[in-house]
Amino acid sequence: MSTTTEELLREKRRRDIPVRRRTAVYVYQAPLRIWHWVNALSITILAITGWLIANPLPTMPGEASDHFVMGYIRFFHFAAAYVFAAAFIFRLYWAFAGNSYAKQLFTLPFWRKGFWEELWHEVRWYAFQETEPRKYYGHNPLAHLFMVVIITVGGIVMMVTGFALYAEQTGLGSWQDQLFGWLIPLVGQSQDVRIWHHWGMWVIVVFVMLHVYTAIREDVMSRQSLISTMISGWRMFKDDRP
Amino acid sequence: MPTSTPETFYEVMRRQGITRRSFVKFCSLTATALGLAPGFAGKIAHAMETKPRTPVLWLHGLECTCCSESFIRSAHPLVSDVVLSMISLDYDDLIMASAGHQAEAILEEITHKYKGNYILAVEGNPPLNQEGMSCIIGGRPFVDQLREVAKDCKAIISWGSCASWGCVQAARPNPTQATPIHKVIHDKPIIKVPGCPPIAEVMTGVLTYMLTFERIPELDRQGRPTMFYGQRIHDKCYRRPHFDAGQFVESWDDEAARKGYCLYKVGCKGPTTYNACSTVRWNNGVSFPIQSGHGCIGCSEDGFWDKGSFYQHTTDTHVFGIEANADKVGLGAVGAVGAAIGAHAAYSAIHKARQKRPETADAATDNAGEQA
Repeated sequence: MSTTTEELLREKRRRDIPVRRRTAVYVYQAPLRIWHWVNALSITILAITGWLIANPLPTMPGEASDHFVMGYIRFFHFAAAYVFAAAFIFRLYWAFAGNSYAKQLFTLPFWRKGFWEELWHEVRWYAFQETEPRKYYGHNPLAHLFMVVIITVGGIVMMVTGFALYAEQTGLGSWQDQLFGWLIPLVGQSQDVRIWHHWGMWVIVVFVMLHVYTAIREDVMSRQSLISTMISGWRMFKDDRP
Repeated sequence: MPTSTPETFYEVMRRQGITRRSFVKFCSLTATALGLAPGFAGKIAHAMETKPRTPVLWLHGLECTCCSESFIRSAHPLVSDVVLSMISLDYDDLIMASAGHQAEAILEEITHKYKGNYILAVEGNPPLNQEGMSCIIGGRPFVDQLREVAKDCKAIISWGSCASWGCVQAARPNPTQATPIHKVIHDKPIIKVPGCPPIAEVMTGVLTYMLTFERIPELDRQGRPTMFYGQRIHDKCYRRPHFDAGQFVESWDDEAARKGYCLYKVGCKGPTTYNACSTVRWNNGVSFPIQSGHGCIGCSEDGFWDKGSFYQHTTDTHVFGIEANADKVGLGAVGAVGAAIGAHAAYSAIHKARQKRPETADAATDNAGEQA
């Protein structure tokens, strides 16, 4: 076999490309990724329509029978709420059916000392006190804490208060009333439940802002992929160091 | 005064000059008001012809008497003609003829003679601070009288928001510690008939039901009769089509206000208030607040004095004594977090750029945008 000059040149060029081994882990399975984006969409619709229920659009002129603005806004709110609730129940099921990363949303290893140490490290990384973040297959501890508190606990609070308010129109004795109606006297009265539901919306809106920002920032600055991970499911690591 | 063989309701009515015809009319009207089938008119008539009158003792605590004022204006059934004679209202210090020791003696007599068989109606509530000194009846704290009379009663009706929730005298900071009845008496069935005042027909309707059927009406979780408090003002409001259409009064006296659009944006509490105003209405069905152009103030709801302005439907939240509106704080938080994210992102970019040059990599970091 003879080697041509062209082949030698090609070999030389190949050696000149800097070699860095990149590893990847399949973290988020397809059902979990679909859940994430369904959730993102329903939260967006819920926040916008929720805001418009509390602060309705300017009045439309004409006969009342010509319009159904609040009716449609409320319909989209309730429809998105059912999607959110159904997706949440599916997500709970997936915590058992899916891989180990699917359990993170419902478990917080607060008893592990290492968790708090890692969490502090992550806080310091965001405060520019660490030169390099650590690598995580699933959520980093700070993100993990926020996910559990806002999405799991916050989501449950929003669903319980939301269905309690929804039960007010489905009426006494409806399944919504039987399952969630107890909340209203527990909190005080209907007005109080409304305010809690409203505060919850603001907490989630602020969380979404932080979530989107940190996802972009970490995608750029950390040692691993974030945004593409929630699309393809693969967590790419940019270097091979531990 | 009850005799040894108590009269039936019917006997009392006839004695009061009410014709048989009027009596039958009343029975059908009551059956309709209570949402019962037509056949129940006969049952009511039968019950009233045969049942002895149940004594009712009506106590007054810390209150403004608006409940009594409302009650005596009842049109269906006409309270002056029917209910006052129908119920054996043996004690009501507001409208009874006797006074002083003579009046107080009646309480003693009824509680012994009809032990376990009389109904206690309470208007207002007892203040518990200073050993109940803020409300004295016949030289003694009202709370003592309440406990004594409640001991042997069959059931308690909490008239109005005072007895049901506490109302204005229990509003923050509640210096006299005015306390609703269900937080003082725990061992008796309590029927709450809230409202400031409650609707007259609701009051007489509840009483008629209890006296004719000898049982308490179906109650919701908060102890209110579902027949009158099962739905919100909003659910039966005649302006509801304007709400669904998104047509609102934006400010008082605007064109929308003149056209009678929905009052939600100017603070109507109809969507959070359980009462029968939008169906039964007031003053013989003449009108109710929303019909006269003002939003509902939610007077029949728990703690309605402490829920902020009557003209604002997203009420203020009291945190550490500071009043904050969810929307104002929410928008403020979004702005602040947005600015912090911007600052943090900018600093991150600078920081990353600096790190690329080893000599400046260790540049002191400041605390700009320190939020995680």
